[in-house]
Order: sequence, then structure tokens, then C-alpha cells
Amino acid sequence: MTGHIPLHLHVNGQAHDLSLDPRVSLLDCLREHLNLTGTKKGCDQGACGACTVLADGERINSCLTPAVQCDGMEIVTVEAMAGHELGGKVQEAFQAHDGFQCGYCTSGQICSIVAMLAEHHDGRPSAETRDLTAPAALTDAEIRERMAGNLCRCGAYNGIVAAVREVAGA
Amino acid sequence: MREFAYVRAADVSGAVRLAGPRARYLAGATNLFDLMREEVETPELVVDISRLPLSAVEDLPGGGLRLGALARNSQVAADDRVRRRYPVLARALLKGASPQLRNRATVGGNLLQRTRCRYFYDLGAPCNKRVPGAGCAALDGFNRAHAVLGASRSCVAVHPSDMCVALAALDATVNLTGRDGERSVPITDFHRLPGETPHQETVLREGELVTSVDLPPEQPGHGDYVKVRDRASYAFALVSVAASLRVENGRITRARVALGGVAPKPWRAYAAEQLLAGAAAGEAAFGRAAEEAVAGATPLEQNAFKVELARRLVRRTLIELAGRS
Repeated sequence: MTGHIPLHLHVNGQAHDLSLDPRVSLLDCLREHLNLTGTKKGCDQGACGACTVLADGERINSCLTPAVQCDGMEIVTVEAMAGHELGGKVQEAFQAHDGFQCGYCTSGQICSIVAMLAEHHDGRPSAETRDLTAPAALTDAEIRERMAGNLCRCGAYNGIVAAVREVAGA
Repeated sequence: MREFAYVRAADVSGAVRLAGPRARYLAGATNLFDLMREEVETPELVVDISRLPLSAVEDLPGGGLRLGALARNSQVAADDRVRRRYPVLARALLKGASPQLRNRATVGGNLLQRTRCRYFYDLGAPCNKRVPGAGCAALDGFNRAHAVLGASRSCVAVHPSDMCVALAALDATVNLTGRDGERSVPITDFHRLPGETPHQETVLREGELVTSVDLPPEQPGHGDYVKVRDRASYAFALVSVAASLRVENGRITRARVALGGVAPKPWRAYAAEQLLAGAAAGEAAFGRAAEEAVAGATPLEQNAFKVELARRLVRRTLIELAGRS
């Protein structure tokens, strides 16, 4: 049973049949095996969020997810965001509000925001939510808490919050 | 990462049959995959249980709630019944890790997550938890984040979970399936203190699988989970408190106090609870209970602040809960 494992992945709408060593993370699968290098490797230990992608609509750290666990899943990466209704808006808002400087964390930020807005729309609470039984308004404090899993070492947080505010208010 | 054999379990009994002494169960992977990459964990066989039908959150007869072992942390925190009936658990989950991690991390994996002691991760440092008998680099090393209660000369690492602290305050039960059948263990007996064997962290037998966690029926009163950490979010606790309080006619009729970030396991402050039960709900009783919660603490060179922080956090949390009563 040691050796490669067959794996069927849908990435950005395209089907892939792969055979991978179970040590390969989803992140390395995307970057090294599918040549989708938009997803970035920051810490490779789940501490920075640069590798954030959507798996069946949920944001996850692709660095901590073995690719073989994603068999049959729909993966969406930053490469699909320009053609994604909400993702495209987030990208435009990032440009308008200087949501980045070096840009290394940006692909993870964009994917994370798209999922975060969907979570908020579904009424999911955060640690900032005072009343757990009611939907929370998307205040700046809520945005910051809900985006706590994406670090930006340039410190573009004010621009990121402004971009989210614009997209959420639109 | 070392090579390993990978199999997907078809069902619970199949998983339990497969898991031998050098095997590990893989669920959300957020902790184990990282430990394998660092070669702190070097299983020969990885049994992927992530597709087993153990992810439901279900009402129990009599008013309790069963959390499937594979229910995601985000799923449990967003569950309407958890938010209404067990807010201390929802709050603890929401204060743990990040949204991305909570989307993968499971109930069972959270119970079994390993300490974040840096020496446990550092293969160049002695660590009794990683290599029994090797020694402990934290005793005279950087020990600001380490335990002040329940530790031993063998190990001063803390249990990192927020969820488990809430489960301890809720008197939850862990359900297990092994080769010899099923059994249930109170959450407060599930984790072991290190003593001379810090590598044995739980009462799990070889191959035993966590299948669910049961919450008893909701108790009247108010509860909360309060966490102090080095930054506002996405950090492990320096000190956390899960507490609940029922006050009737000015008297405390029921109290639960559990601490996180200060001990090798989720730490129930039983003596503090006994002081509170029957006492008049006021700052005098809360101050005495807070002192009792940290009585016998044995701080290391760099973490004496945790004793005072825990004392103040217990006191403040109880005052706030009484204010809601």
C-alpha cells in the first residue's frame, strides 16, 4: 500500500486524474503537479493563510491538507477568481483600496474573503459576535476577526478591511 | 516526511481492525500532517477516517447533544443548538485557530491534538513526550508558555485545546470504539497527567477510535469562555477560562470552572467549584474561588504571570456571569 494513490480532482472546473504520493499536500499538488502557481506557500504549517483555497466551497489551508484527502472535491483557486462574480469584485476592490503591497498573501486573502462573505451570508458567527443567536452585522471588528487566518506582513490590513467593506456593502 | 502506507477506512470496524501500534488515524489532518512533516510523528500506516459517517450533530433522548467525531469545528460552532444551548462551547471553538483551520479540524482531532511546546517539535532538543527518557528542555529553557498546574519534572507542556476546556466545564463524555467493543469516558478522565509517562496523553487503548462526544442536557444559568492570548486572534491561550454559574435568590446553586493554557490537560478547578456551591454570589466568594483555582500552582522561571492571570481571569469571569443572573 506504500506508493502512489489514484486521485480525481476538479480544479477551477477542470477535471484531473492524478496518481500521487500521499505525502503531497494539496498546495504542492496545485503548484508542482498542476502548474497552478497562483496559490502561495508562506509558512507551510497553517500559520499564515497564504495557501488558502476553496474546497467544496469552504476555505482551507491547502498546505495542511493531504491532496489524497481531496479525492472528488471541487477546488477553486485564485486563478478562477477573475471569472468569479464575487472574486472579481474583491480583486477590483483590492486595487482600489491598496489591499496589498508585495502581493504574496493576496491570492490567499482573495479566496478567504470570498468564502468569508458566504459564511457571513449564511449567518455563521465569529468570536466577535456578541449575540450567538442572531445574525451579526459585518463591522470592521467582525471583518478583522473573520480574516484573522490570513496574515499580511506588509501590514495592508486597513486596505483589506476597506476592500471587504466596499464589496460587502455593494 | 517519512514514507507511510495510506488506506481509506471503509467503516468504523474496518478502521479499528487496521490500526496497529505504528498506525495513526487521519481526520482533518491539520495537526497530524504538520507533525508528520516535522517527523515528530512517523507512523508506518495512516488510516484515513475522514469519509466515515461520523460527522453528524444529533439530539440525544433526554435533551443532550451528540457531536460526531468528524464534525468540523466550524460546523459545531455554527450549529444552532450549540449556539443556543451550549454557548460556552461555541465561544471556545470560535476562539480556536483560524476559520480555515476550523473548516478542517474535527471534534475527535481536537481532543487528540498534541502540545505546541517548541521543544516537542524540535528534534534537536530532548523531550520526554517525543522520546521517553530523553529529558525535558523546557524545564530550564523558554518556558513562558508552559504549565503551572498538573505538570511534572518529566514534562511541563500544556494541552493546547480551547474546545476541550469547554467540554470539561460541560461534563461531556467521550465515546470510543475499539477491538473489544464500545465504551464511554468522562472528558475529565480522557486526558492523563504526565507524571513519568508524558508520552501517554490519553486513556485510549491501541487502535481505539473516538466516535463521538456527548453533551449532557443544558443546565440553567449562564456560561462563557474567556481567552487571553498574545494577540487579538489566531493564537493559543496563555490562560483561558470556561465557566458557568447558576444563581438563585442571591446564592450560587451550581458552578463549573475549567482552565486552559495552564496545565497538561483541560483543568477542572473542582475545589473552586466546591467553594462556590451554596455561597452568596458576590465578589468575596468569587475572589476565594479564584485563589483556590490556582492554589498549588508551581510556576517555572518565565511563567509566574500565568498564576496571577488565571486568578484574575477566573474572578472577573465569575463576576460577569453573576451580573447576567
